[in-house]
Amino acid sequence: MSVRTLSINGHAVAMATGTTLLAAAREVGVPIPTLCHLEGLSPVAACRLCLVEIEGSGKLQPACLTPVAEGMVVHTDTPRLQDYRRTVIEMLFTEGNHVCAICVANGHCELQDRAVEVGMDHSRLPYRHPDRPVDLSHPLFGLDHNRCILCTRCVRVCDEVEGAHVWDVGWRGEHCRIIAGLNEPWGAVDACTDCGKCVQVCPTGALFDKADTTGEKHADPARLGALVRARARGQQTR
Amino acid sequence: MTTLSQAHASPTPSSPSPTSVMRVRCCSSAGCLAGGAAELRQGLTAAVARRELQERVAITGVGCLGPCSQGPLLAIDPDGTLFAGVTAADADGLIAALAHRLQAVSAAEWEAPLAWRPAAGEQVDTGRPFFTRQRRVVLENCGLIDPERIEAAIERGAYEQLRHTVTDRTPAEVVDTIRRSGLRGRGGAGYPTGLKWATVAKMPGERKVVVCNADEGDPGAFMDRSVLEGDPHRVLEGMAIAAYAVGADQGFIYIRAEYKLAIVNLRRAIEQARRRHLLGAGLFGSPFGFTVELRVGAGAYVCGEETALIHSIEGQRGTPRPRPPYPAEAGVWGRPTLINNVETLANVVPILREGAGWFAAIGTEGSKGTKVFCLTGKVRRGGLVEVPMGTSLATIVSEMGEGCPDGAGLKAVQTGGPSGGCVPASLLHTSVDYESLQALGTIMGSGGMVVMDHSTDMVAIAAFFMAFCRDESCGKCVPCRAGTVQLHGLLQKHLAGDATAADLAQLEALCPMVAETSLCGLGQSAPKPVLSTLRYFREEYVARLKPGPTAAAAGR
Repeated sequence: MSVRTLSINGHAVAMATGTTLLAAAREVGVPIPTLCHLEGLSPVAACRLCLVEIEGSGKLQPACLTPVAEGMVVHTDTPRLQDYRRTVIEMLFTEGNHVCAICVANGHCELQDRAVEVGMDHSRLPYRHPDRPVDLSHPLFGLDHNRCILCTRCVRVCDEVEGAHVWDVGWRGEHCRIIAGLNEPWGAVDACTDCGKCVQVCPTGALFDKADTTGEKHADPARLGALVRARARGQQTR
Repeated sequence: MTTLSQAHASPTPSSPSPTSVMRVRCCSSAGCLAGGAAELRQGLTAAVARRELQERVAITGVGCLGPCSQGPLLAIDPDGTLFAGVTAADADGLIAALAHRLQAVSAAEWEAPLAWRPAAGEQVDTGRPFFTRQRRVVLENCGLIDPERIEAAIERGAYEQLRHTVTDRTPAEVVDTIRRSGLRGRGGAGYPTGLKWATVAKMPGERKVVVCNADEGDPGAFMDRSVLEGDPHRVLEGMAIAAYAVGADQGFIYIRAEYKLAIVNLRRAIEQARRRHLLGAGLFGSPFGFTVELRVGAGAYVCGEETALIHSIEGQRGTPRPRPPYPAEAGVWGRPTLINNVETLANVVPILREGAGWFAAIGTEGSKGTKVFCLTGKVRRGGLVEVPMGTSLATIVSEMGEGCPDGAGLKAVQTGGPSGGCVPASLLHTSVDYESLQALGTIMGSGGMVVMDHSTDMVAIAAFFMAFCRDESCGKCVPCRAGTVQLHGLLQKHLAGDATAADLAQLEALCPMVAETSLCGLGQSAPKPVLSTLRYFREEYVARLKPGPTAAAAGR
C-alpha cells in the first residue's frame, strides 16, 4: 500500500492512497461537517458542507470524495468556508419547516448539531414556510417532508444496502421531494421490507418510528458503517 | 468557403435554353414554419403543378436562410435573390413571374431582375453587412441543400471526408489535425477539442462512446437547431470521424424534445446514412464501424451538463455528479466518452477538408475559426449569423444587425444565456473571442446574443435569468436548489422597490457563495447575470433602494 503525505490545516499527515480528505481529516482529529455523507453509502457531495480549500485549485472541493494527493495543502476551516457553511445551514433551515421544539429528533438531530457547530443563532435569509405533506401510511414509520433536507441517505441505503429501492427523488429544484415507489403512499409500496434502515440513517426527524414522540428518536446512522463492513468481511448479520 | 451572398448566387447558365431550370429554396426551419412556410411551400408546389412547370421549376425545402426575424424566407436560383415575409397568397404570383422568365429568349431577358415582389414582404438586399460580413464554415450548406435528401448533401461532398479518413488517415493523424486547427468547444466553455479527443483516444477501454450534445437550452439560442434542421449529415459525419479518431463504435445524439423538426430530420438522416452504409458496421470496407442513436430529452435544461446528460442517456434521473471522474474516463455506462456540442462537430468536416492551417488562419490567437450567433432582441435585423472569431460586438450588433429599432439607443448585449452576462454599449468594441468576453465577466456561451435597448430594465433581466435557473435547478445540491430561490426572492424585492441597502449587500454576498459552492455549472454560473448587471448597471439597483437598515446593521 502506498502512502501520500499532505498538509491539513498546517498538520503534516501521511495517508494511504485512495483515502478521502474527509477520512484523512477525521483520522487526525480535524472536524469537517457533513450531512449527506454517511460511511457505507456512496458519496454524492450534495450538501456542500464538507467543501475545503486546496491550494492551487481554483475551486472548492468536497472532502467526502476528493482523494488525498502528494503535497496537497488543504484548509478546512477558513473564514470563507465558515461563512459558506453557515449559509448552507441557513438555506436548509429556511427551505423546510424545522421546528426543533416539537420534533421527534430534537436533541439527536444532525441538522441541529451542524447549526450549533457553525454558530447559526438565527437565519439571515428569510424563512419560506413551504406547504409540505406528511405521509403516515406505513404501519411502523412516518415521513414528514417538512423536516426533509434531501440528503438522499434513505434513497441510497434502500437501494445500495437493503436492495429494495423504495425511495427516489421526484420533481426538481425547490419542488424536489423524496418519493416512495412511483410516488405512492409509503404504506402502499410492496417493495418496502419494513427494515427501517432509512429511518436509522435519516439525519433529521423526517423519517421516524411512529412509536416515538418529541425528542424520542435516537437514530444511529453509524450502525450502517458497521453493517457494511461486516458484510464485506462475510460476517452475516440480520 | 463562401460568403452568404456568394452562396445565394449559385452558378447556372447565364443564357436561357429550353432546359433551363429555376429553383425556389423555401426555408423550412422551425422559425419560418411558425410563420407559415409550410403553407407557402404547398402553395408553390400547387402553383407549379397547375402550370405544369414541374420540369422547369423545382420547389425545395432548405435549412435556415439567415434573417429569421423577417420570415418566411425564400431564395430563387439561379439569381440567388432572397425574399422575406412571403406568404402562401404570394405563391401564384411568384410562379407566374418564374414562368414568364422561363420564356426568355435572350440573355438580357434571362438575367433581368425578377419583377415580382411579395405583397406584404420585401426583397432582401444580400449586399448588406448582415450577409457580407458573414463567413460560412459551419453553415456552408445550410439554406442551400434539402436536408431531407441525402443525395443533396452528398452532391455537396458529405461523407467524403469520412471515407477519406477511414481509408487513408490514422486516428492519431485525425486527432492531431483537430489539435493543430485550434478548434475549441462551441458549447460554451471553450475547452480545446483536440485535447479532449486525444484524452478519450488514450483512455484504455474496449468500447468507447461519442455523444453529440444537442440539448441547446439557453434562452435566445438556436444555432444548433438550425444546423441540425438544415444540414444533419454534417453532424453525423463529424461524429463518425470523431468516433474513428478516439476509437468509439457507438454514438448518441442527445437532443431536446422541443426540437421536433430537428428530431425528424435527424432520424431520417440517420436512416438514410445507414441504408447507404455510411453508418453501421465495416464502413468503406474497413473494420471501423459506428452506429448512432437518438436520445430525446425530457425538458430539463440541466441535461446539457455533461454528467447529467450521461445519466439521462443511461435512463437515470438527469442530475449532475461531481467530476472527476470526467466523462473521458468514465462516461456512458462507465465507458470512456467523448462529448462534443453540435457546432463543434459541424466544424470537423471543413477542418479535415481544408486543413488545420486553413482553419487556424481564421479568428484570433486563442480562438480559431468562426462562431455562429443568434442575433435576437431589440435589433433591426435578427437571425442566424456566422462570423470569424475576433469580430467585434459592434460589427455584429450595429453593423450586421443594424442597431436597435425605434431609435432607442443600444444599452447592452447579453451573451451566454443564464450562464453569461451583459456587455454594456460602452464596451461594444470588444472582440468576440473566449478570453475577451471572459474578461468582461460574461462568456461566449453557446451563441445566443440578445440585444437590449434603453427601455430594458437590467434588474428585471437579472431576475428573469435567475427565475430560469431557479426553475431549471435539478435540486441535488443545496446552494443551487435553495440559493437560486433566495437570490430570485432578493431580486424580486428589488424590482418591487422593497429592498434596502442590507438586501443589496446580501445579494452581493450570496452570489459568490452560490457560484463557489454549487455542484455543477448551472449553479456555479447562475449568479453571473446578477454579478454582470451589478458590475455595469449598479445604479439601477441603487436607485430602487428604499431607506432601511444598512448592511452593517443587518449583520452581514
